[in-house]
Amino acid sequence: MKRVQFSSPYLPYLFLAPQMAIIFVFFYWPSVQAIQSSFYLEDPFGFGSTFVGLSNYSDALGSVQYQSIARFTVVFTALVTFLSLGIGMLLAVKADAVLKGSAAYKTLLIWVYAIAPPVAGLMGMMFFDQHIGPLVKFAALFGWDMKVGLNYNDTAIAMIIVSVWKQIPYNFIFILSGLQSIPASVREAAAIDCRSGTRRFWTMTLPLLAPTAFFLLVINMTYALFDTFGVIDVMVKDKAANNPITLVYKVYMDGFRGNDLGGSSAQSVILMIVVFVLTIFQFRFIERRVHYN
Amino acid sequence: MNRIRLLDHLVLMLGVFVMVAPVVVAFMTSTHEAADIHRNGLSLAWGGHFTETYNTVLTREGGFTGKITGARMIWNSLILGIGFAAGKIVLSMLAAYAIVYFRFRLGTLFFWMIFTTLLLPLEVRILPSYEVMNKLSLTNTYTGLIVPLLASATGTFFFRQFFKSVPEELLEAARIDGAGPFKFFIDVLVPLSRTMIAAIFIIMFVYGWNQYLWPTLMTTDERFFTLVRGIKQILLVWVGSNIPDYNEAFALAILAMLPPVMIVLIFQRWFIKGLTESDK
Repeated sequence: MKRVQFSSPYLPYLFLAPQMAIIFVFFYWPSVQAIQSSFYLEDPFGFGSTFVGLSNYSDALGSVQYQSIARFTVVFTALVTFLSLGIGMLLAVKADAVLKGSAAYKTLLIWVYAIAPPVAGLMGMMFFDQHIGPLVKFAALFGWDMKVGLNYNDTAIAMIIVSVWKQIPYNFIFILSGLQSIPASVREAAAIDCRSGTRRFWTMTLPLLAPTAFFLLVINMTYALFDTFGVIDVMVKDKAANNPITLVYKVYMDGFRGNDLGGSSAQSVILMIVVFVLTIFQFRFIERRVHYN
Repeated sequence: MNRIRLLDHLVLMLGVFVMVAPVVVAFMTSTHEAADIHRNGLSLAWGGHFTETYNTVLTREGGFTGKITGARMIWNSLILGIGFAAGKIVLSMLAAYAIVYFRFRLGTLFFWMIFTTLLLPLEVRILPSYEVMNKLSLTNTYTGLIVPLLASATGTFFFRQFFKSVPEELLEAARIDGAGPFKFFIDVLVPLSRTMIAAIFIIMFVYGWNQYLWPTLMTTDERFFTLVRGIKQILLVWVGSNIPDYNEAFALAILAMLPPVMIVLIFQRWFIKGLTESDK
């Protein structure tokens, strides 16, 4: 905080009032409600609710369907994170290495960031369409009869491809700006010490990028868990029964389609705990983030 | 050395191809007729029906109620994007100003209360948030669309970081000259933050424009549909028909991505600055 500060009995509260009001009404109130209703069983006809303790939680965690969705979510999150981070890093390292055209590559590679997940999903639906999709035809060359929207695995693969595609620019931007903040003197020293570019990458560049990469790991996980909702919602086309969905999608389905307020809230709280742990994890490491400028 | 460079360029070109080609194909295909697309698949060549398709998409009254046009959805998306970005900047600048520049008893408590909002994204509390909006009868209003999205701390942290980096001498000098809190904020801090405001505006506009889940919950009245939210409806209408209107679907996808993509491309430097500095 500043050494010199204003002091006023009411001004800071006045300045904070709008933000606090919105946070109270739209953040704390619903969050408390979610936790509260996760312990109740709502009457489907709206005649009150009964306290059921932890049974909403045990129902969710015990159900075979929930477990299989949770497994898919873990696989989906891991693959989307790993692939988008890996490809983003590869492209950033290359864009940093070339002398000519670096700026053009950068411009061309970042703008997909601005495409909304459901729009990316819609495009994915077209590219994986049974009749007109070029990617389905491409897969057919290898004797693979892709049926996106009908076959569980095929839909999962299409979802992962679209989600990764959408997320590559984000990773690219952060890793490239991380790379560009490595001082020239360090690079030159490394170049003198070690001729192999690959070894330089593993022993010099990657450790220096570690803080950025770690930050991106957490961001990508939250992206795969939550922001892919649009991709999934568009790609399963309301037929979630045979298609892969993530946990967030199930919260939405149970809450808005199944009208199961208690069950949906319990799942929300489970997800809250997951995010909470992720964020704490992130902030524990944020201290170690290195700044070169 | 040269051989390695060539490989680097090849990798980059492949990357550019993978990122750009789908969008180019989507745009080119949108200029063909639906039956043509149905017969020949997606296309990389110009189809010559650009004006018709986009005109239809923008002006035809569609949807279940037959009241919503593409132009109206663009208008709604703009309201959401701009309203969200502007609201975010005003709220978070004021809050960050209070936290950084004032000494007051509950300062730390408020700081932590704002900080906590970073822990839980909207997606995990959708149903209760919806219930709250219902109680306040804010569903199907622009207020309901925009204001709840403002309940997060990202902007506040961004401006807090920035204000902390503003030299102390400025405030000392301003106080010697007799400037009060309002004058200092408006005459010193706001002009200093101009680049920051621009950067955060771009990030937040793209974020607001691209919202999907919240508009889906909040708006059942088609007059309030945003473009991104309308996508789902298009697909639903589509499922039953014989020859789906591929061209119109692609045209809507192009329209939905055009404004945020243009903004990111035009203000690339500010965009990268805003992104890499606000998300820390």
